[in-house]
Amino acid sequence: MIKTDILIIGAGPTGLFTVFEAGLLKLKCHLIDALPQPGGQCSEIYPKKPIYDIPAYPEILAGDLTDKLLEQIKSFEPGFTLGERADTIDKLDDGTFIVTTNKGTKHHAPVVAIAGGLGSFEPRKPPISNIINFEDRGVEYIIRDPEIYRNKKVVIAGGGDSALDWSIFLADVASEVTLVHRRNEFRGALDSVEKVQELKNQGKINLITPAEVKEIQGENHITGVNIIKDGDKKITLETDHFIPLFGLSPKLGPIAKWGLEIEKNAIKVNNALDYQTNIPGIYAIGDVNTYPGKLKLILCGFHEATLMCQSAYQRIHPDKKYVMKYTTVGGVEGFDGTKKEAPKAVVKKIE
Amino acid sequence: MSDITITITDRESVTHQVKAPTDMAMNLMEVVRSYGLAPEGTIGVCGGMAMCASCQCYIKSDHKLPEMSADEDLMLAEAFYVEENSRLGCQIPITPELNGLEVELAPES
Repeated sequence: MIKTDILIIGAGPTGLFTVFEAGLLKLKCHLIDALPQPGGQCSEIYPKKPIYDIPAYPEILAGDLTDKLLEQIKSFEPGFTLGERADTIDKLDDGTFIVTTNKGTKHHAPVVAIAGGLGSFEPRKPPISNIINFEDRGVEYIIRDPEIYRNKKVVIAGGGDSALDWSIFLADVASEVTLVHRRNEFRGALDSVEKVQELKNQGKINLITPAEVKEIQGENHITGVNIIKDGDKKITLETDHFIPLFGLSPKLGPIAKWGLEIEKNAIKVNNALDYQTNIPGIYAIGDVNTYPGKLKLILCGFHEATLMCQSAYQRIHPDKKYVMKYTTVGGVEGFDGTKKEAPKAVVKKIE
Repeated sequence: MSDITITITDRESVTHQVKAPTDMAMNLMEVVRSYGLAPEGTIGVCGGMAMCASCQCYIKSDHKLPEMSADEDLMLAEAFYVEENSRLGCQIPITPELNGLEVELAPES
């Protein structure tokens, strides 16, 4: 059982900044995220895109914002459960919560902060009628363990970075790699496209474009795929695995069944006070919440996280009175023993 | 008068006639959202960067639309249920020339 003060669901910018504000109040945080890396949308959808409305950054790439936030919270030693989706929540008699992920990891905390953005990212499944029958029987939407493809025949579909990168990686692992894409052009990074070209020239990647996987063959396990090339040419390809990599799309998912008040796919909170939901002890901050006048902006998420932490402190320490201190005055004392503080004035006499 | 009229068929096949302003730098995806014609979280997921295809729609009238950018073209190459007349709503700015435009939202994927 993982124990913490504030359990944060979602490791996007709002969730990450919560760790900092909580840390100033000496509260420890642990984050759960369905993605394998922190950053949320900023790392999954648009890491290379600039953001222009982060205060004091005239321009910052979404990926760099994630890196800066991780640097800012490092000394508060947040814990991470990555690649797992928060599935269920149980309220104990003492008012604390246990959150369990889809992989069974349990987390115990007196305060839960949902910073879930638009929800957890789920793979986008191509509309192939019988694809569901082959899930985990040769069809995988996410590559978890590349070793299962060793000396196997693999068909990858998609035109973005993950399709390109995994084709490159598996070219050395699988016995045969085929990449299928609807266009001759790819959307990925230039060096990945060039690398695939090189591997294709060496005969290590079999490239089929413009083409689309239309059908899956097999009984209990996939044995092949039917591909339509150039609009009308039918190709049947034997394969042990089919990996459609068409990106991820966020779904509110299990959180919608936690008994929280939901409006327009977002969680209603009390914005007059502390961004608490209808369940005391559960807060919702950032893009996942809604209230009159809500704006889904990163900077609004930062503000909501800050106020939420004050309320969380009162909930965890009902008998203590907290007086807000400026970081310039109080410095930043990490849980790792480090301390950042403003340098003292140098006193020197003028002769 | 800076409003135009657009006919939008939602994912439940219900047709709506809506007014859209041409002077507010809006795009078609934002018009759909502002009228709540698709549930929040199912459209405009990436915010309008042509990076998610959640605002894919089919153009039903023969209006002349702005050229497709490489970003939009390649995003549609990875989207599902793509037809000849598919476009990303976020890449279509609302301009006076689009008065009378007819579109249908593509299924959610």
